[in-house]
Amino acid sequence: MQVVKVCTTLVAALSIAAIVTAAPGGGTVTGKVTYTGTPVKPKPIDMSKEPSCVKQHATPEMTETVVTGPGNTLENVVVYISAGAPAESNASSAATFDQKGCHYQPHVLAFEVNQELKITNSDQTSHNIHPLAKVNQEWNKSQPPGTPPLTAKYEKPEFISVKCNIHPWMHGYFAVLGTSHYAVSDGSGEFKLPNLPPGKYTLTAWQESYGTQTQEVTISGNETKTVNFTFTAKPY
Amino acid sequence: MGKLLAVVLVLIAVGSAIPILMHTWWMPEDISTHGHMIDRQMSETMAESGIAFVAAQLVLAAFVAMFGDKKDGRKAKHLPGGAKLVVIAAIALVGTEVLALGVFGKDAWAEVYFRKPVADAIPIQVQAEQFGFYFRYAGPDGKFGPMHPEKIDEGSQNFFGLDPEHDVESRDDIVSASLVIPMNKEISLMMHAKDVGHSFYVRELRIQQDFVPGLDIPMHFTATKAGKYEIVCTQLCGLGHYNMRAFLEVKSPEEFDQWLKQQSQ
Repeated sequence: MQVVKVCTTLVAALSIAAIVTAAPGGGTVTGKVTYTGTPVKPKPIDMSKEPSCVKQHATPEMTETVVTGPGNTLENVVVYISAGAPAESNASSAATFDQKGCHYQPHVLAFEVNQELKITNSDQTSHNIHPLAKVNQEWNKSQPPGTPPLTAKYEKPEFISVKCNIHPWMHGYFAVLGTSHYAVSDGSGEFKLPNLPPGKYTLTAWQESYGTQTQEVTISGNETKTVNFTFTAKPY
Repeated sequence: MGKLLAVVLVLIAVGSAIPILMHTWWMPEDISTHGHMIDRQMSETMAESGIAFVAAQLVLAAFVAMFGDKKDGRKAKHLPGGAKLVVIAAIALVGTEVLALGVFGKDAWAEVYFRKPVADAIPIQVQAEQFGFYFRYAGPDGKFGPMHPEKIDEGSQNFFGLDPEHDVESRDDIVSASLVIPMNKEISLMMHAKDVGHSFYVRELRIQQDFVPGLDIPMHFTATKAGKYEIVCTQLCGLGHYNMRAFLEVKSPEEFDQWLKQQSQ
């Protein structure tokens, strides 16, 4: 009995030690994504053919090809380490993509290669999710209301445009990334990549209409570096 | 037994004629200027085929009643020439009937398909796609910008493949998911399918016209009554066909102008 207790304690202590060693430390990259110029005006989406979805929006849903925030900031920009980071995976839980009010939530979902992707339908209508993959295997699946979540995985990094084959206005993106260091800019254009080990990295920012931009950044120790991205917006 | 069968035949013939004569399940309200011609044609077709149907059933019932139970060993007599004569007679009869309906219905057909739309008809483009209808108005400049199929992008609501960056005419074009029109004004639709065959059907307009990929199909009509009506696809077009619809909103000219102004902003 005593032996078992000692062993358990030992295993517990070792596990804690292991977690502490692996506990992420290191540097952080933060920044803001902004634009110059005039971005395209969001257009209201007419969902009148699907009354159960119209009811869920007090004001019409707007197009999201370019979503701006205060101070000329850009939302939904994926910022990730495209070179320099070790190819490790941190994904323990599934990335969730929901269909609610005939609208994809989130509009841009970033996740890792081989991470589980869970697609849910919160609507009272059928959806047909169709990610237009070119590098990965393309598929499309129907999801009637009340059916369990669909799951999928992607093997190669790719930005995949996602549409619904039943509701033409529904549109989103999967950002399948070969790194665990990524972020999607929030409503004020800000992003944060924590836990970066020291090293020289290539940082890439991707916006669905404006494409990609890259910058180099070197991290040493536990420092926090600021890297900002600026895209040139077009009125059309 | 023969007598009973004759009675059943008469009951079926009369029973099916009654709801039609009483207009029990009749057509929905007609809100178009040409609809009365279609309705008259439908009524004439119904009367002609109805009279032929009831008469044939009654003759059949009479023969069944008169000769059904006779077991006196007499042989049945046939028309000379066997089936050939009957087939020729049937073709001649049905042919005459179809031809006659065509002659009577020529005005309705010509009004919808042969007459050109009037010069001041409002041109509206229709794009049918899996699974919705989209409508384009020329905007204040009165000109439609060119379509670039490669630029079609539903995610940014570019259903017609417009390129406002390079085409000035496209910049003021109005695209809507509902067909909004003024009443008592001719509408000239140019119908176009993005992917597969679809159909444009509005019961109240008495219009049902297929979309064929690759063809621009013109269609014109005038609506006479304000209201909201359903446009449905009646050509099986895929998984979401059951859900492919849009709305026709017929407004007064003032309301229509106001709607156009709102859309242009």
